[in-house]
Amino acid sequence: MRALRWWQKGMVGFSLMVLAFLYVPIAILVIFSFNDSAVTSFPLSGFTLRWYQAFLSNSQMLAALGNSLIVALCATALCLVLGVTAALALDRYRFPGKGLFQNVILLPLSLPGIVTGIAMLNFYKQIGIPQSLTAVVIGHATALLGIVVSQVMARLAKLDRRLLEASADLGATPVETFRRITLPSIRTSIIGSALLCFTLSFDEIPVTYFLTGREVTLPIYIYSTLRRGITPEINAVGSLIVAVSFVLVILSVTMLRDRR
Amino acid sequence: MTVTRRSLKAFVALFSLPFTWAIVFMVVPYLVMISISFWSRQFPLFVPDFQFGNFIQLFSDPQYTTVILRTLKIALLVMAGAILLGYPLAYFLVFTVTSTRWRNLLYMSVIVPLWVSYLLRAYTWKIILGTNGALNSLMVSTGLISEPLSIFLYNQASMVITLVYIFIPFMVMPLVTVLDNIPKALIEASEDLGVGPFMTFWKVIFPLSLGGLVAGATMTFCLSFGDFVAPVLVGGPDGTMVANLLQSQFGAALNWPLGSALATLVLVLVLIVLRLSSRFDRAGHVSLA
Amino acid sequence: MTQQPIVELSGVSKNYGQFTALHATDLEIGEGEFVTLLGPSGCGKTTTLRLIAGFEFPDTGAIGIAGKDVTAAPPYHRPVNTVFQDYALFPHMTVAENIGYGLSVKAHRLSAGERTERVREALEMVGLETMEHRMPGALSGGQRQRVAMARAIVRRPKLLLLDEPLSALDVKLREGMQVELKRLHRELGITFLMVTHDQAEALALSDRIVVMDQGRIAQIGRPFDLYDNPKTPYVADFIGATNLVPATYVRREGAFDLVALAGGLVLRRLARDTDPAYARNQPLVAGIRPERVQASAAGDANAMATRVVETLFQGDRMRLELLPEGERKSVFADIPRTGVNRAAISPGQAFQVFVDPADVMLFEAGKAP
Repeated sequence: MRALRWWQKGMVGFSLMVLAFLYVPIAILVIFSFNDSAVTSFPLSGFTLRWYQAFLSNSQMLAALGNSLIVALCATALCLVLGVTAALALDRYRFPGKGLFQNVILLPLSLPGIVTGIAMLNFYKQIGIPQSLTAVVIGHATALLGIVVSQVMARLAKLDRRLLEASADLGATPVETFRRITLPSIRTSIIGSALLCFTLSFDEIPVTYFLTGREVTLPIYIYSTLRRGITPEINAVGSLIVAVSFVLVILSVTMLRDRR
Repeated sequence: MTVTRRSLKAFVALFSLPFTWAIVFMVVPYLVMISISFWSRQFPLFVPDFQFGNFIQLFSDPQYTTVILRTLKIALLVMAGAILLGYPLAYFLVFTVTSTRWRNLLYMSVIVPLWVSYLLRAYTWKIILGTNGALNSLMVSTGLISEPLSIFLYNQASMVITLVYIFIPFMVMPLVTVLDNIPKALIEASEDLGVGPFMTFWKVIFPLSLGGLVAGATMTFCLSFGDFVAPVLVGGPDGTMVANLLQSQFGAALNWPLGSALATLVLVLVLIVLRLSSRFDRAGHVSLA
Repeated sequence: MTQQPIVELSGVSKNYGQFTALHATDLEIGEGEFVTLLGPSGCGKTTTLRLIAGFEFPDTGAIGIAGKDVTAAPPYHRPVNTVFQDYALFPHMTVAENIGYGLSVKAHRLSAGERTERVREALEMVGLETMEHRMPGALSGGQRQRVAMARAIVRRPKLLLLDEPLSALDVKLREGMQVELKRLHRELGITFLMVTHDQAEALALSDRIVVMDQGRIAQIGRPFDLYDNPKTPYVADFIGATNLVPATYVRREGAFDLVALAGGLVLRRLARDTDPAYARNQPLVAGIRPERVQASAAGDANAMATRVVETLFQGDRMRLELLPEGERKSVFADIPRTGVNRAAISPGQAFQVFVDPADVMLFEAGKAP
């Protein structure tokens, strides 16, 4: 391998610095979750697990965690049903307004969540859906729909049409062809986007903020706590969330990546 | 295939559910929001109406115009910062790293933080930059400064830092994709014709990467513009952004029409930016065949 | 070659991990020559080209171009230009901008007027004067190929490298472009080094051909030398086609060598001064080109009794698959239409063919290329 030229060495240095910049805050979070002090200051005071214990005995926080899990599961399920059917229809058919529909579906992903949250709040108030976890589930499913649709559509576009023709030629009905040919090939994109949906729903704030009632999700709980002040329990629960998200995202990226 | 009478039944079976959902839960709410922005407020109720008073208020009342301009400024700064830090990182991943294993590993390590709790990543800057925070205490304990500085937190700079931190992966992702798609033969051809590495970058690589750059920058700008977590956690008294205004209008201030008007404004702004960037992308789009 | 060669490779080798793409190789190319590197994929020809261009660096050895050592020099410091296999035209620039690209570097020191003039000159040379402002995406394959050529020659390099320049074109277009290439070579007077796997193309265009196999040079020579006097079975079968049959050396009889095929048939072969000394019973490989198998006897030709296996009509001739008596492997014969009564030949029939002793090639068995 060629030795690196001077500007390439500079590039390596700069990039590694940026990478470090990305991870230092997370490292600090994890470090201080084990730190025996109510303040996040150096020098460190000693190892402790009491913040983790405090989090685990905080019934409100645990309830919020439970709510987050339920919401994420329901929203993801909804997303998959709606998203896969939409992707199939968009992939196979041409119809007037198709482009517009695609843009509308993807809009909540680029639009600041706060606008989507407000729009939904307005609407629910008008039609009488109260602020509640149900509203949150509907809100998440709607906002995250674009993820499933775009991922599944991208995968469908790579599907060789001739496989479907061959299947029909060999006597399979459309439903059978879907089940035995189409579905297995989009399986990884379904799983990958499901994992992404779950992770994003779990962490969602702007839309949730406007749609929750008395029962809150974990991010909202943490957010309200933070407005009042910092408690080191947040570091502990934060580190846990970071760890779980890492695992989920790595799984999902591995599945979504093309096998070259 | 186009929807014909024969395929109509299958098409309807497939498409009716998501289509209805999208209409009911996406299109209608946005339309409702836009229409409420024309209502007027007669305390304590909102009255259906069609008047532009809310919009006029947004553009004339300095309370609101300063916030809007400030948010624009911060979003632009975040966009610039994310590009300055993200582009070299993307370039490094695609062109300098030669081993595929390292490239995938490093790419993953850039992307993963993106999906890890947005709230927490903003929060970490709060604990780093505060007067009792990690940065100050580190500097004090190593003797760099004698007393903690309060300039790190609760100002616009800290908001920009936090948001840039959050959005770097957003920039790197589309850039890596677009840089990776540039055929290696083009770079070899440029060097073969006597053009050195720097000019090759400027004349060949950079123009062909603009599509990804615009995509990432657009996302970064739009999402920073509407962010409310950063101002609340690390912003100061002069750090109110549009999103905080929206929060209060739907909260304590209880002025839903005004809030809807502001939200509509954000919606329109984002749509314009998206439209401009897709126009740009199409104009500059070249088939890499 | 009395002048200094334009390209000199000494002991150049290249490995990719465990795989040796090129074993230590020496090569000299003279100024103004049209040289082709010929071989199947994986033989090392493209690696050699890329080493000369500067896109790869050798593990051992030295590379000299026009007398200067360029072993460590990057591509933009070598007086060499390349026509890429897929043309590698810059998609975001017009045809004129593509061609003028290499002229806009500071090192060239041309005024804008001179640049435009040179670009126009190059366009005329490849016949694309009207295409100046088109984008590459709007051009046909043949047109893109010509833009790639123009872009490479406009800088007047000492050496032009062509990486399978015609492989992406279809047959009729390819034949036309071959003539164009030869014309360009003559008009420009610069050295051409081309890589191809198409032996007919190599034979038609080259002054010299370098036949390569598995990272080594098998034989270098002028086209008709390689065709008439291949040194190994590999070269014999790669350039043109050859029937290769295992044989054993019997003895020398006057001006002829006698070799025995597996089934017992003895062939007489005209001995050459360049032959090594063969030992009795030494295993050899006999080679006979299909077009050298005759349907009628002449002089002291070898006679072979065969049975027809298959017939293939080729327009101007018949290709016959024949199984010689006592042999297990068939041989192919290309007999001109006039030399055979088509109706008289059908599978299963006995058919006698003749081979002149001068047309029997002899190679040592198991010889490395």
